[in-house]
Amino acid sequence: MQLTEEQIERYSRHILLPEVGGKGQEKLLAGRVLIVGAGGLGSPAGLYLAAAGVGKIGIVDSDVVDLTNLQRQIMHETADLGVPKVNSAMTRMRAINPDIEVRVYPKKLMADNAVDIISDYDFVIDGTDNFPAKFLVADACHFADKPYSHAGILRFTGQAITVIPRKTTCYRCIFNAPPPPGAVPSCSQAGVLGVLAGVMGCIQATEAAKYLLGIGELLTDRLLVYDALSMGFRTVNVARNRKCPLCGDSPTISRLQDEERPIACDPETCDCYQNEPGN
Amino acid sequence: MNITVNGESADIAEQVSISDLLTIRNVKMPDMVSVERNGEMVDRSAFGETFLAGGDKIEFLYFMGGGNGSERTTRCN
Repeated sequence: MQLTEEQIERYSRHILLPEVGGKGQEKLLAGRVLIVGAGGLGSPAGLYLAAAGVGKIGIVDSDVVDLTNLQRQIMHETADLGVPKVNSAMTRMRAINPDIEVRVYPKKLMADNAVDIISDYDFVIDGTDNFPAKFLVADACHFADKPYSHAGILRFTGQAITVIPRKTTCYRCIFNAPPPPGAVPSCSQAGVLGVLAGVMGCIQATEAAKYLLGIGELLTDRLLVYDALSMGFRTVNVARNRKCPLCGDSPTISRLQDEERPIACDPETCDCYQNEPGN
Repeated sequence: MNITVNGESADIAEQVSISDLLTIRNVKMPDMVSVERNGEMVDRSAFGETFLAGGDKIEFLYFMGGGNGSERTTRCN
């Protein structure tokens, strides 16, 4: 790949960095990142990766823009209310940088499509909001053998870790299995400081860029915990767990499964039991 | 005895289990926390029978969602 004059100018602040240079910028332009969830985490990640010239960005989301999203989901605007999030995300990313390809998936990541979608990318950003989805991203990246960045946010606290499947501590090494439904408050119940999502999404974008460039030390084998109120960052070393059901000594998960079905549902009355892949 | 919880020093009594510590630290929903003791994850099923020793380094690692912010996570609850 040969950078054009315009690209040399657009990416000059990257190219000036000895760790990046023209060669590094070419790596970014050849890089492919999938963002699962065009929300609070995916928004800043998508915008910065687009600006950075990551050549192909995929974005998965089945939702439409809602008024409550706009407090933190900066890829969407007031005029986008009711519009599929992937559409407004693509518009914003392409407006920043027409140099890149944006591929949209207006659907939910599910057990029957996850590996297919993820396989087309070099790095995955988990910007999902719920635990079944977070575990699905973790499992799918394991089976597709793709590195990913996990982040979670709640109220004033965020966490992040980068996982290289089979090599470094994975999401299930730490969290094993989704909590029972209702055990953990979601942002929609507990609230979240809008800019917290920005901080954590930017950390995820940083990890994606470092991975594509092959520079620095990834946030592996340690969980970064950020407390906005005390303005403190801690990293907690987390070793691989030999009892991990996904990547431990005797794994119990051998294929992808949707964990979407809340345990508390009554199968007689709840529609969660219908439309399940495989049924 | 003295232990470290989430990077901060804490004085606790003898014969305190991880379950007890979660109660002492006012963790209202123990289902929302994974516990690491001296660099190793502790099985949730062993919280009650895992007793702390002086010098232990304990980390509470919380489940955190967040992100694309739909309301559907609470469906059926």
